Amino acid sequence: MSNAHAVIVGASHAAAQLSVGLRQSGWEGGISVVGSEAIPPYHRPPLSKDYLGGDKHADELLIRPAAFYQQQDINLVLGTRVTALDRANKEIELHDGARIPYTKLALTTGAAVRKLPLTGSDLDGVLYLRELSDVDRIRGYLGAGKSAVIIGGGYIGLETAASLRKQGMNVTVLEAQPRVLQRVTAPEVSAFYSRVHREEGVNIMTEAQVQAISGEGRVQGVTLSDGTHIDADLVIIGVGVIPATELAETAGLEVDNGIVVDEYARTSDHDIVAAGDCTNHYSAIYDRRLRLESVQNATDQAKLAAGTLCGKLEAYNALPWFWSDQYDLKLQIAGLSQGFDRVVMRGDSESGRSFAAFYFSGERLLAVDAVNRPKEFMSVRRALTQGQSADPEVLADDSADIKQAFST
Amino acid sequence: MPSVKFIAHDGTESEVHVAAGTNVMHAAVDNGVRGILADCGGACSCATCHCYVDEAWQERIGSPDEVEEQMLDFVMELQPNSRLSCQIVVDDSLDGLVIRLPASQI
Repeated sequence: MSNAHAVIVGASHAAAQLSVGLRQSGWEGGISVVGSEAIPPYHRPPLSKDYLGGDKHADELLIRPAAFYQQQDINLVLGTRVTALDRANKEIELHDGARIPYTKLALTTGAAVRKLPLTGSDLDGVLYLRELSDVDRIRGYLGAGKSAVIIGGGYIGLETAASLRKQGMNVTVLEAQPRVLQRVTAPEVSAFYSRVHREEGVNIMTEAQVQAISGEGRVQGVTLSDGTHIDADLVIIGVGVIPATELAETAGLEVDNGIVVDEYARTSDHDIVAAGDCTNHYSAIYDRRLRLESVQNATDQAKLAAGTLCGKLEAYNALPWFWSDQYDLKLQIAGLSQGFDRVVMRGDSESGRSFAAFYFSGERLLAVDAVNRPKEFMSVRRALTQGQSADPEVLADDSADIKQAFST
Repeated sequence: MPSVKFIAHDGTESEVHVAAGTNVMHAAVDNGVRGILADCGGACSCATCHCYVDEAWQERIGSPDEVEEQMLDFVMELQPNSRLSCQIVVDDSLDGLVIRLPASQI
């Protein structure tokens, strides 16, 4: 047993992977995971889906049960905030003033919700959705026939809308842009999601500028800048996240839209790695720096960071992929579509609920949004990982075998 | 509690006991059985929890649904008894289930 001590700050998805990865990479010293939430690292994606819908218990969200960490001699320090990082003395400071020394440090601090400085956002019944405790609070306001307004038509907003509809609530989604999912998908995909949500009974309002949330003590409604008023028993704000970089920044680490890391997940201090939503890293596949909000990046980067701390350097080159489940729609996304100049559609997105949208920049395939099309998703995932493009004509022909599109 | 026996590609066996209602992926991950990655946590979205159902159990386990089947089409070393372990729920009737693990998930 060595005296070395690896400390992981932020008990996130990346932390779970990193701590286990350290043991698998042969780290023999102590491992501590420090996190502000009271429970061990858990899967966040089900929060807006099965957990919000009451279909899953908190225990079922855990990435590993608490006993597993014990068996691996990984010390979970939960319900504890880290207030400072002292690089000179190689220590972290906790909210109660205690200090923990480290030999190697990992920052897996994730991201925090972006707050909207709206009038009335402090009313009872106005909530954000990021942590388990947020959803526990939201669950106190649910009920068939009650009204919910969701501010933000991104994935979190739409997944939440689907979950609340399932519970028989009246749901309105307010999106400030001309279409939902504007930042991340093609107009065809946005139109598809708007249509399905409307078919499911959700009131989708685009170009909706929220002026104020109203109520006395408790929320009663939302007023838009054009004077429209929408009644609400519950308002959920889902307008994105910002990387949790404060600790790194204060400690003098390089930060630029996330903690800047190299291809080995090292920060500007090589005794400190970082992984997951909080990082800004270079992607060789897309030849630019990225900050991703995804389970894939949290997992893959954390595995690599664990190796780095054990002296096994391997350059990060994973393909980003994502998923979103709403109603009976299983959306799987491989790659990043940003910068596309053409979309090739396979299947009919204007009726029905199964299609794939392939994003191209010139001849180059960038990404796919696949709705109830696992084969298209997996094909593109494989092709992009291997640096292949695809034949747009075959992709667009729904009767052709998808595998033929990648045969060149 | 029903038991599940995992046999790794190198022949290493591990037997775990799980509560009825647990899926085979969780049975492996929660007990530190290596060889199952389960990146998506059981959403049937990543195909990194691929396993082989022992022939003796194949009939009782049944076949994959369409989504799972399409995902399976892309795993390494697909076999007729291939399944995604997150989609197999263990109940008392499956006590003693034997699951073999592939050499690699990706």
